[in-house]
Amino acid sequence: MSNLKDTFLTPLGLNNPVAVQVLGICSALAVTAQLEPAIVMGLSVTIILAVANVVISLLRNTIPNRIRIIVQLVVVATLVTIVSEVLKAFAYDVSVALSVYVGLIITNCILMGRLEAFAMQNGPIDSLIDGFGNGLGYAIILVIVAAIRELFGAGCLFGCQIIPDCVYELGYMNCGLMLMPPMALIILGCIIWFMRAKNPDLQEK
Amino acid sequence: MNTNSNSYTIGYAAIMVIIVAFLLAFVSSSLKEMQTENVKLDTKKQILSALNITEGDAAANYESMVKDYILNPDGSLTAQPADSFQTKYADTTKLHVFECLVNGEKKYVFPVRGAGLWGPIWGYVALNDDKNTVYGTYFGHEGETPGLGAEIAKPAFSKSFLDKIVSRDGNIVLSVVKNGKVQDASCEVDGISGGTITSTGVNNMLQSCLKRYKSFLSSSAAPAVDANSGATKLEAAAADSTVKAVCSEAKDSAKVACVNLVDTVKKVVKEELNK
Repeated sequence: MSNLKDTFLTPLGLNNPVAVQVLGICSALAVTAQLEPAIVMGLSVTIILAVANVVISLLRNTIPNRIRIIVQLVVVATLVTIVSEVLKAFAYDVSVALSVYVGLIITNCILMGRLEAFAMQNGPIDSLIDGFGNGLGYAIILVIVAAIRELFGAGCLFGCQIIPDCVYELGYMNCGLMLMPPMALIILGCIIWFMRAKNPDLQEK
Repeated sequence: MNTNSNSYTIGYAAIMVIIVAFLLAFVSSSLKEMQTENVKLDTKKQILSALNITEGDAAANYESMVKDYILNPDGSLTAQPADSFQTKYADTTKLHVFECLVNGEKKYVFPVRGAGLWGPIWGYVALNDDKNTVYGTYFGHEGETPGLGAEIAKPAFSKSFLDKIVSRDGNIVLSVVKNGKVQDASCEVDGISGGTITSTGVNNMLQSCLKRYKSFLSSSAAPAVDANSGATKLEAAAADSTVKAVCSEAKDSAKVACVNLVDTVKKVVKEELNK
């Protein structure tokens, strides 16, 4: 039981896929200008990753070694396509909100990384937990970066104004640079720096 | 069993591909109908949103308030049957005009379509009965940057078009200018800061699409005609007007470039003389 708990908890902190393994950076830059798309992206990756992990883990003993990456890709791409088709039919608004991110899910390195490193060696239950853990670990970083960028870039959270008008009257201005992708990279760098400073285990000798 | 042999690998790949293909084909074909219905409903919602109606049942509202017409070259309108609803209006060579009754007043909605930074952008512009002041707008996009270009879909941007003038002396003057550079507040709208290319896209979209409706915008009253004849003539005329629009745009930009060049040369010569 404690093993499962570890599988779930380490990706949230000490073995975070974004901050420690430095995977999935591209999508973290693309969707974090606002909080809402970041949460949508985080949740979609979590669900797809968990299901893909289970499927690959069930197939792991039958997959020919030489085409295993292709099999993993096909499973992920199929899942993403089905989910997006179903959303278009039953929850059109959500699918509009997801629009471009659906494609980004397939190319997310975290998916390939977890399928290759975990689901190919472990059973379905462990893989399910691992998928949720890593997906949420990714989502947490996305939410932190998006909250900082939206708050300082647009003065809002979830599109609602947070910084009061009186502050603007005193001469405060939104930082336009925050909305640009380079700033996401800098914030991400600061998070990685912070985590390494707090956990000496992560530093290379 | 040896999972590394060639025959096993090929067989595995073949079976996997067949299963996946069947699965995707089944999902796609069984959901197709619901998806097109959703897209149609969404288009109706967008048209209604340009008329500032966002509440209530979109399908019923559309049915009761909006009528679809096609604009003839002479400025008259031809009614369209209700079941001919499309999802991409500004794409076709036919010029669609939606006539709507809102609180007893007649409004006209024009579909527009253009290019943003990453993909297509589109919109619906609703005008008052005078065919010159904006009653409401809706803008949509496929994949503009959130927080920058994607802000065109926000109410704050579409509301800034209210009561602006569309055409003056036969020219389309409704335009989007760089953020903070509005000079004529009666027809210019602030662009999105940091979303310059998308804002320019909206500007070009409005200019080029509304230009095609010139004959309708300048006519004072447009009686509706119930005839489907002259469709080919109409298409030819529409194509012709597009070509003309493109030509005049090219001419304009060439002119601007020439003027700029002359200015620079003048400046350089002056500086040299001053030395």
